[in-house]
Amino acid sequence: MESVVFIFSLIDNCALIFLSVYFIITLSDLECDYINARSCCSKLNKWVVPEVVGHAVVTVLMLISLHWFIFLLNLPVATWNIYRYIMVPSGNMGVFDPTEIHNRGQLKSHMKEAMIKLGFHLLCFFMYLYSMILALIND
Amino acid sequence: MGGWDFTLDSHTIPLLQPKKGAAPRYQNGPVQSQMQFPSGYGSHPPNYSAPSGHYSQVPNKAAASSHLDNQYRASYYPTYYSAPAQNVMTPSVGSSVLNTQESQQFYNKTPPHTVGSAEGPIQGAISPVSYLHTSAQQSYSAFGNHYSTSVSSSVTSQGFPLNSDRYTMPVVSSALYPNVSYPAAAGGVYGQAFTSQSLPAVGQFKETTTFSSQSTSVPHSLQQHVPMGYNSTLSTIPSAQSTQDNLSRHLTGSAAKVNNQINTGGVDSPQPMHSVSQTIPFTKPGAGTPASSAVVSSVRTPAPSLSSQPRSSPSVTQSPESALQEGMQYGGYVNNQASSAPAPLSSSSDDEEEDEEDEEAAIDSSSTTSSASPVLNNYDALEGGGYPETRSVTSSPVPAPSVPQTSKASKPFGYGYPTLQPGYQNAAPPAPVQPSNPGHHPGFQHYPQQYPGVNQLSSSLGGLSLQHSQQPESLRPVNLTQDRNILPVSSVPAPVPNLNSDLRKLNCSPDSFRCTLTNIPQTQALLNKAKLPLGLLLHPFRDLTQLPVITSSTIVRCRSCRTYINPFVSFIDQRRWKCNLCYRVNDVPEEFMYNPLTRSYGEPHKRPEVQNSTVEFIASSDYMLRPPQPAVYLFVLDVSHNAVEAGYLTILCQSLLENLDKLPGDSRTRIGFITFDSTVQFYNLQEGLSQPQMLIVSDIDDIFLPTPDSLLVNLHESKELIKDLLNALPNMFTNTRETHSALGPALQAAFKLMSPTGGRISVFQTQLPSLGAGLLHSREDPNQRSSTKVVQHLGPATDFYKKLALDCSGQQTAVDLFLLSSQYSDLASLACMSKYSAGCIYYYPSFHRSHNPAQAEKLQKDLKRYLTRKIGFEAVMRIRCTKGLSIHTFHGNFFVRSTDLLSLANVNPDAGFAVQMSIEESLTDTSLVCFQTALLYTSSKGERRIRVHTLCLPVVSSLADVYAGADVQAVVCLLANMAVDRSVSSSLADARDALVNAVVDSLAAYMSTASNLQQSVLVAPNSLRLFPLYILALLKQKAFRTGTSTRLDDRVYAMCQMKSQPLVHLMKMIHPNLYRIDKLIDESTIHVNDRVVPQPPLQKLSAEKLTREGAFLMDCGSAFYIWIGKNCDNNFIKDVLGYPDYASVPQKMTQLPEGDAPSSERTRSFISWLRDSRPLSPVLQVIKDENPGKTEFFQHLIEDRTEAAFSYYEFLLNIQQQISTYVGRIRSFQLLTLP
Repeated sequence: MESVVFIFSLIDNCALIFLSVYFIITLSDLECDYINARSCCSKLNKWVVPEVVGHAVVTVLMLISLHWFIFLLNLPVATWNIYRYIMVPSGNMGVFDPTEIHNRGQLKSHMKEAMIKLGFHLLCFFMYLYSMILALIND
Repeated sequence: MGGWDFTLDSHTIPLLQPKKGAAPRYQNGPVQSQMQFPSGYGSHPPNYSAPSGHYSQVPNKAAASSHLDNQYRASYYPTYYSAPAQNVMTPSVGSSVLNTQESQQFYNKTPPHTVGSAEGPIQGAISPVSYLHTSAQQSYSAFGNHYSTSVSSSVTSQGFPLNSDRYTMPVVSSALYPNVSYPAAAGGVYGQAFTSQSLPAVGQFKETTTFSSQSTSVPHSLQQHVPMGYNSTLSTIPSAQSTQDNLSRHLTGSAAKVNNQINTGGVDSPQPMHSVSQTIPFTKPGAGTPASSAVVSSVRTPAPSLSSQPRSSPSVTQSPESALQEGMQYGGYVNNQASSAPAPLSSSSDDEEEDEEDEEAAIDSSSTTSSASPVLNNYDALEGGGYPETRSVTSSPVPAPSVPQTSKASKPFGYGYPTLQPGYQNAAPPAPVQPSNPGHHPGFQHYPQQYPGVNQLSSSLGGLSLQHSQQPESLRPVNLTQDRNILPVSSVPAPVPNLNSDLRKLNCSPDSFRCTLTNIPQTQALLNKAKLPLGLLLHPFRDLTQLPVITSSTIVRCRSCRTYINPFVSFIDQRRWKCNLCYRVNDVPEEFMYNPLTRSYGEPHKRPEVQNSTVEFIASSDYMLRPPQPAVYLFVLDVSHNAVEAGYLTILCQSLLENLDKLPGDSRTRIGFITFDSTVQFYNLQEGLSQPQMLIVSDIDDIFLPTPDSLLVNLHESKELIKDLLNALPNMFTNTRETHSALGPALQAAFKLMSPTGGRISVFQTQLPSLGAGLLHSREDPNQRSSTKVVQHLGPATDFYKKLALDCSGQQTAVDLFLLSSQYSDLASLACMSKYSAGCIYYYPSFHRSHNPAQAEKLQKDLKRYLTRKIGFEAVMRIRCTKGLSIHTFHGNFFVRSTDLLSLANVNPDAGFAVQMSIEESLTDTSLVCFQTALLYTSSKGERRIRVHTLCLPVVSSLADVYAGADVQAVVCLLANMAVDRSVSSSLADARDALVNAVVDSLAAYMSTASNLQQSVLVAPNSLRLFPLYILALLKQKAFRTGTSTRLDDRVYAMCQMKSQPLVHLMKMIHPNLYRIDKLIDESTIHVNDRVVPQPPLQKLSAEKLTREGAFLMDCGSAFYIWIGKNCDNNFIKDVLGYPDYASVPQKMTQLPEGDAPSSERTRSFISWLRDSRPLSPVLQVIKDENPGKTEFFQHLIEDRTEAAFSYYEFLLNIQQQISTYVGRIRSFQLLTLP
């Protein structure tokens, strides 16, 4: 059972890693003027909800399967994701708003955020991998 | 709480060394140490000063010439040349040979010349005489000829006797000398110290031509002699490289100066050294041929007026008529170039000329004078004297910058921030040479490479000198709590960047381009210490009375950063220029070598692009993604019951009918109309119909265009139908009972209609949209209007309008919103459609055609301006700045498409922009930074044009200098923009706190730097003395005030205006001007176009100034109020207002009668003068004490206390208290951190 949980987490985590990388690539494309703000933001906003859901699922799964440490590790990031999604002002077009992304260094902070998430997900990846192997061996 | 962190992430990146592009390539001559020169110098100063007196007195007339000439020769010439004699030894050959070959190639193409070089002197002497009056060039050319020969001979024969001979001949020219000659001479003498061979000649020609022909010839002739003696030294100087830059910079700058001098009274002055430096002529195309010059002259007769236009020195405005032509004329010249490019060149004498010029080129300008020299003062006085004149001509609200008084004191040029000169002070030869030469500044940035140690030393010395020896006026401490009269007499001038005077004259006008700090701090750390925001305020598409328009197949730009060539680039040699933003060295294209203005070849630095910081290029097809679009106008009109009731349709249709022919556009102009209530109505105006057809689409959920082809029609082909429609429209819906408004669907339809072409959508809306997509709900709680706590709903309620705006922007369509509503209409949401599509927003609260005549009149006037003003389509704007600075936030109406590219579907002359910057890399290796905005747009005539503005500012390293250069108006406007963002993204309270903190932080930081100040008093540098007042005014502005009942739409509209108004208008909005007008006197008047305009002094915005005996005019930018005191003189009321006494003045009075009495005339001329200075003509309201408009008027008296807000004095005390705690905190912090 335990192994199933971690296999699922691992797959989900891989998806999140890919998503982070995608965010970084798209944002740096914007930085380099390869795409315009409008298309960049509409691309990214599409993936904000999947990201929130994907991460929330893992977190909840850890809670259910009583892996407290991993749960607590994931909790702040999941909370931040949800908070960020909820706090989007009503007039904005999503977490990434094309009219604001070039102002006040938002692009940089989005970039930073994506980087940090990537690091976090990589960390999680190895943890899940380790736990999964451990679980498989135990089984 | 919420102060701004003006910084974003700052990176510390190792200093960049400027690229060493200009290698010592030119040092091919024998190396001669600079130290040798001084020997020659010793003798000069006397000469130098002597002639100056002499010449300056000479009237500027040709008639006076001959005896002058003698004198000139006697005193001036010999002395010069004697000095150099020592140095004249080895004729330099290397480079000159090269050039000759080149020149030959060029010249060979040209028709043969009539005059041989040998004859040059004689002919030259003659021809100038005869043609003197016809053209500047002639005499010039004659000189060229003359000199070319003389040079060659002088080289061989040591030349002094020869020279003097030669000089006898230019009799004519001598008349001219009074103007400029002096400087040239000086330069020549001193110049040898820093020579570079291939100095590009500078744009003098163009400039000079503006003036009478006499003046033009002068500079040239001067230059020419100078070099002769020096031939040998030219090529030899070791420091060539750095100086080259220097030189070329000067070059660009000097021309302007020459002008100026002439302008201000034809006086010459020490400055001329610049002119010298630049003047080093290169090949003069026309020069060789006196004979041909006659021909040329006839062609050129218009020249003076023409060429004068391009020169746009910031302070000088020209007569409008001449200005108007400029564009075309430039174009003409340019075209000439294409057809007749090489023509003027002469073949026979050229070789020698070339040689000569090369050598001359080597002479450089870095001439010097001792700073104590009386001449300098003289100059300053002159210049200072010159300004008032120019001021009277310009009627712009921001008066031309005046020379700071302090500059007279010791340093001739600016108040000499020491850091600008140090390189020279130490590197250059001894005493006489040393004193700062303005010419040094521009090149200065290169010095650090060569003399880093010296530089540091001297800059630190300089710092000392700044603080102790002299304190600029802008740093004078002002005790705010005691000094109550801080307002200037007339409007607040923009500070003048502390550049040397020729750069200053080339610099962009502060009306178009202003920086919050005219002295840029060297590092982000320094900027953080100053606690002032760094940013630019732009008004790029401003209506200009003079603008050089350049037609050229190649537009010269930097190859790496794409910067347009501008006056602040440096020419390394004739063939290469160094970008002033990224420091890349670029080639000068062949085409650029020809100067269409002077028709001369090989003078790239004299081209208009390099002589004007504001230019417009006609762009080639490279700058088009598609063929230039036609002007397309679509009107989307609300015709619901509410709208019909308000009656705006009548006014709109009337205005449109009147201005139909004045709509900017060409034969392709198209126009269309859509009306909407709960359905959307289209109008088929296809040519051939007998009358307009209305097509109603009631399916607003899925809007479609009934006949896509015939809704937007050609204005000229369907004019009759359009007129019919406009006449019918106001009455078509009179009986409508439809109260709903389907704005969203109408906009979607408009977008569909416009997307194939792009253009302008003008939306007239009178209520909250209530149907279909984009419907809104009322969010305002009237009980919260005067809440002091939270103001909500400043942001949009839906992203519909934003998305629509972005779609429109993508299709090059701008949406302009006219909101004429009596109740809440959620402007915060609606405004998005204009904000992001680069449109503009007009708001007329409680508009009603008959009940509110003031608003009706305002709408009428606004519409007139709106319909007829210039417009640019499918525009993009890019702002570039010197490497090391980066722009991180933009304010204004546009969409930021990529990091630095602003997409402006339309651009109009009333739009202002602001940007915030940070310093990402230290600027220690440069002394100047430049900013360039390039606005690429399609004119209404279907031309693709690029308007380029370039601003150049000095870099400083001390905090005091940063404060000295603070531009308080720009700072306040930028802060207002930031505060708007803050209120929307965070909260209003937060924004208000941040505004107060901005004052507290900056003043505290200033007070902590000035250690000798008592901490108990509130002191501000003179440059920032108005800062607290303006911030208080901002806090009491509709946008940011709390506690006073403010409707949400009013507030949001004020915020929109802050974001999109240019600085001049915004400042009036923030801090209105108050004048007392019942005692206008003829003293202190200015004359504008034959009208006498009185200039009453500015009054404090306080009720204490409003005496009952007086009448006052308040200028709020968008409105004028005339307040009449109860006991106001009945004569005034009778004469000016046309009523017998106070009691009979009506409540709603919006116009002054045309009385004959002098007081009436004066008042009206004053008001119309104020009106002329702004695009939207403001509405005038006469206010009596019991008038309902009274509250409106008294709200603007921002120095007074209201129930909800501090008076100015209380505000100061509050700030002082905060500062003392702040400083206390810093102190204790320092104590803690100290070991």
